[in-house]
Amino acid sequence: MLTIEEVKNIAKLARIELTPAEEKRHAETISAVLDYMKILNEVDTENIEPTSQVTGLSDVTREDAPRDCATKKELLTQMPKVSDNELVVPGVFNGEE
Amino acid sequence: MELNELTIKQAAEGLKKKEFTSVEITRVCLDRIKKRNKEINAFITVCEDSALAEAKAADKILASGKGDVLTGVPFAVKDAICTAGIRSTGAAKILDNYTPPFDATVIRKIRQQGGVLVGKNNCDTFGHGASNENSMYGPVRNPRDTGKVAGGSSGGSAAAVADNMCIYAIAEDTGGSIRQPAAFCGIVGLRPSYGRNSRFGIMPMASSLDTVGPLAKTAEDVALLMEIMAGQDKLDATTVADKVPKYTKAISKSVKGLTVGLPKEYLDVEGMDKETREIILAQAEKLKEAGCEIKKVSLPFTKYAIAVYYIIVPSEDSSNLGRLDGVRYGVRADAKNLYDLYAKSRAQGFPEEVKRRILIGTYALSAGYYDAYYKKAQKVRTLIKNDFENVFKDVDVLLTPTSPFPAFGLGEKADDPLAMYMADVMVAPAAVAGMPALSVPVGNNKKGLPIGAQIIGPRLGEEAVLQVGNKLT
Repeated sequence: MLTIEEVKNIAKLARIELTPAEEKRHAETISAVLDYMKILNEVDTENIEPTSQVTGLSDVTREDAPRDCATKKELLTQMPKVSDNELVVPGVFNGEE
Repeated sequence: MELNELTIKQAAEGLKKKEFTSVEITRVCLDRIKKRNKEINAFITVCEDSALAEAKAADKILASGKGDVLTGVPFAVKDAICTAGIRSTGAAKILDNYTPPFDATVIRKIRQQGGVLVGKNNCDTFGHGASNENSMYGPVRNPRDTGKVAGGSSGGSAAAVADNMCIYAIAEDTGGSIRQPAAFCGIVGLRPSYGRNSRFGIMPMASSLDTVGPLAKTAEDVALLMEIMAGQDKLDATTVADKVPKYTKAISKSVKGLTVGLPKEYLDVEGMDKETREIILAQAEKLKEAGCEIKKVSLPFTKYAIAVYYIIVPSEDSSNLGRLDGVRYGVRADAKNLYDLYAKSRAQGFPEEVKRRILIGTYALSAGYYDAYYKKAQKVRTLIKNDFENVFKDVDVLLTPTSPFPAFGLGEKADDPLAMYMADVMVAPAAVAGMPALSVPVGNNKKGLPIGAQIIGPRLGEEAVLQVGNKLT
């Protein structure tokens, strides 16, 4: 069973603010899901390689060369706050903009 | 027959012969959306003006005797796929105002042919769900019975095609999101082999499982779309260089001599609806009469697929969705410092299921748990993949139900995430293994709800899958 404290800690790592009611719900539902995952312990996976992808492709690369960004204007219009063509965010250290 | 009820093939022929124009067929689809969308909720955004402009442009091309098979044919796109200049929310409020400056590669290919985009389909937010009840824009209702879910996550796309609001739709399938709603709504849907179609421009969920595929009224239309959508893409390094086969030729071939496997782990699964089972077994008989050899087979690791899937997906999800933080695009919450900006934007912009998956994934990938969850799941994934590779030494395709039951009631499973996850039991294994799988409608149960049969093939074996699927529809 996942504790409320553990849920709070994961939520902090994941940068999601939760209400106390959400913390309680997630502790319950996630515990049920994680409990179900124990079914995998039935499987002997010794000497089995993990599969991270199924294509068999490896080292697919492209030339590491700069390209023009044709959609600079459109990207700027999508930004929540812009000043002089630069993105604005609150300060990282002092908490001020 | 109304114009919006046509298949792609019929629409293309009619347009070419000038029996009707693209503007006409587009208007009929838009009228249908106006009439029905309030109840079905299949669209988040309807692009009436741009669709009519695109239709006019297509008519000009067609009038000059030019044009391709998709020129002037109206289609819809799941909202978790980027469309240039058209709002793409992924059914999440954090992207409520997001207009991508680019098309996903598969959409670019269709638009280059002059396809007419009528709108963006509702879905479970970022594909997280099996009922389309996890959308921040409300649930989608099944056109066949509006008290039932349309399936998910591509429920809006399946409902839109089934209800003739468009001729076909493009959606995404990570662990059943095309096939299960196709089955619930009574249409055809293909999850291609992983790597066959470019994923560039789709909102990523689980990068090692995500695929993009078509939903249409016939297997023939799906074959036709795959010829256009498939192929290697510079912008997606996981696409394969293998030549794109002539799928439309493959489907017309006789199925005589093909070996079809019936896996016991699917047909005898706990909770299997009896009527669904009978309808699927009748399909096996039908194939036998057509000259197929039917073979009982076993894929012993099938029962672990849901556990594997629901560890790998939230893990990759939690990483992929890190990009949605209210900083560079999307909706930003009011906050005095940067931590609060992230935490509040994500709290307000994600629905409960998205938060749950991010939390599960963050937990499964955190120090001390990585080996027990993520790595363990990846190892069992290998065994599931081996199951399929072994069975395809003996059979050409597998025949299974797409879902253990037909469309369930709205709200029936909404409060029990694990019960909802179990709805993916027939569709998750092929996804985990990267195999192509098609859902085709093969009849209705006594209550009139559609039943879907799933045909699974070996990697890049879409031809046989479509060939058998075509025989069953």
